[in-house]
Amino acid sequence: MALLEIRNVTRRFGSYTAVDNVSIDVEAGEFFTLLGPSGCGKTTLLRMIAGFDLPDSGQILLDGKDMVGIPPEKRPVHTVFQTYALFPHMTVADNIAFPLKMAGKAPQEIKKRVNELLERVHLPNFGNRFPHELSGGQKQRVAFARGLVNRPRLLLLDEPLGALDAKLREEMQIELINLQKEIGITFIFVTHAQDEALALSHRIAVMNRGNVEQIDEPSKIYSAPRNHFVADFIGKISVMNAAVMEAAPSHLKLAIEGLGEVTAPAREGVEVGDRGVLAIRPEQVRISHPSNESQLKNHFRGKVHDFLYVGDVTTYIVELVNGAYIEALLPNSAPGRAKFFEVDDEVTISWRHDAGIFLNDHQ
Amino acid sequence: MIKDGTKEKQLARLLVSGPPLLFLIVFFVAPSLIMILTSFRFPGEFGGLAPVTPPSDKAIGEYGFTSDAYQFFFSDFIYTEIFLKSFAVAFGTTLICLILAYPLAVLIARSRKHLRNLMVLLVILPFASNFLIRIYAWMIILGPESALSHFLNTVLGAFGIAPVTLLFSPFAVLVGMVYVHLPFMVLPLYTNLEKHDLSLLDAAQDLGANAWQRFWRVTWPLSLPGVFSGSALVFIPVLGMFAVPDILGGTGDILIGNLIKDQFLGTRDWPFGSALSIMLTMAVLSIAGLTTWFARSATGQRAI
Repeated sequence: MALLEIRNVTRRFGSYTAVDNVSIDVEAGEFFTLLGPSGCGKTTLLRMIAGFDLPDSGQILLDGKDMVGIPPEKRPVHTVFQTYALFPHMTVADNIAFPLKMAGKAPQEIKKRVNELLERVHLPNFGNRFPHELSGGQKQRVAFARGLVNRPRLLLLDEPLGALDAKLREEMQIELINLQKEIGITFIFVTHAQDEALALSHRIAVMNRGNVEQIDEPSKIYSAPRNHFVADFIGKISVMNAAVMEAAPSHLKLAIEGLGEVTAPAREGVEVGDRGVLAIRPEQVRISHPSNESQLKNHFRGKVHDFLYVGDVTTYIVELVNGAYIEALLPNSAPGRAKFFEVDDEVTISWRHDAGIFLNDHQ
Repeated sequence: MIKDGTKEKQLARLLVSGPPLLFLIVFFVAPSLIMILTSFRFPGEFGGLAPVTPPSDKAIGEYGFTSDAYQFFFSDFIYTEIFLKSFAVAFGTTLICLILAYPLAVLIARSRKHLRNLMVLLVILPFASNFLIRIYAWMIILGPESALSHFLNTVLGAFGIAPVTLLFSPFAVLVGMVYVHLPFMVLPLYTNLEKHDLSLLDAAQDLGANAWQRFWRVTWPLSLPGVFSGSALVFIPVLGMFAVPDILGGTGDILIGNLIKDQFLGTRDWPFGSALSIMLTMAVLSIAGLTTWFARSATGQRAI
């Protein structure tokens, strides 16, 4: 039995359906992420798990027990809020002690647990400070400590890293992974940042317009997106309209308008005549001078339309002969060189026969 | 350039703070000094003050400076009693105002924005009519022929209790005081509560706090600055109020305000009236000082 079972949960606000017949199981000890653009229903779902909102239909079960009618303060579920929501009139130690006091724990135990948590979030001497005396990252750590101190069955994190700058975010991500590993409490993390979701989670549920599009491990979500939305939302991807010409158990043969024939990995449920897109990640696309004859089957001529230099890598946007654009990623491995091609350079684009993925239109 | 800049700044500061400063010197500091001097002089025969130096045609009389007024105050316990009673009334009024105003302020602060402004308007609307008229209205409401009195005495009669008079009693004074000063409590409380971050209440609930704990651990401590300023705005004016006890109170319900007013308009003992005023001011200042100190330590070093 899963720790948390969300069964056919629907929540409507007037004519707007925020969460539409969603079912998710979260196992004990998991770092589970709800990922999706704003307005996809992930925060509504989180509020229903915490008890601040109730489903119009469906059930939420924690340890097999239906949570309906149980108010937030009685649920063994704590939340780390996006704005931290630290109590400004209490010291850091009092903030962390709050859930323990509410649970009626003994003063000695409270003191012990608070010190333990301060230690764990690397703020051992901050107990007597007030929240307004802390930096953003420190506030964040206090919020984590406060959420974890009373050992909830489930810790909900509502975009907790959203307010931090990029560098600090990366640091906190690593700390968060370690914290979850050490403490072993189940995390449900809500975010719209796909890189964060990929880096942190054991499993991800990609949500869109109140529906769950795919639930999978990060690597599966990235390499085998179930549909166009997931492919597009997670990472960068180039898409080209394609029709299936041959569907063998080992591979697909696709026809791309104005370009020619392409080999793609086989996929279940794809039949000859299906229309859809070929989606391919920039790091799987090779870019080379036209003089180097490519050994790969899938290769085409193109012209550099634009490029984006971000330091470690440069992304080239190449216009193919049929007018479609494809992105290719090239590491800047040669010291001192920022780019290998200029705009309007003639190039060859190629990718392996097992790269890319065909996505049906109707999926 | 920099020097000119600071000079300009200084001038601007002077222009902005000058007028109110001047106003306070002319209408607060100077009168206070006059009052202090007056309290150490002898009363004139027909009111006013006796001259400091005796006129040449009179040999010996009551001239010069004296601490008679202060000695007189402590010679009869009744004056101390009136002081204590006034403080008790002020304290009671403040407490009742706080208890009545707090839920109202919470209600206003948690209402939708356009409703909030309407409700604040309703709170201050009584100020649109004259203060004395509003107090006289209470005379009618609490009077022996009023519907309220009739109803109350009918109910009491049914239980075999002798009829009561509401008007001209400490009860009437308290009702009047609370009625007049309630808005002064509601407004600072509302201003404070409106700024509260409601996500703190969600956080408290999420972490296991029930409704009472959410109020007592989060809303109440965060509202203390509003509680203190509201209390000061009620407590201090109630101490000096004479119109309400004059109109709604009985002969035994005299407060300091009435006593001071009588010294100037009735008994015409200016030095004693001044001495009473100064002692009242001192008492208020020390209470305000203590409250500020207490408020600072209670709200955790944050400025209020």
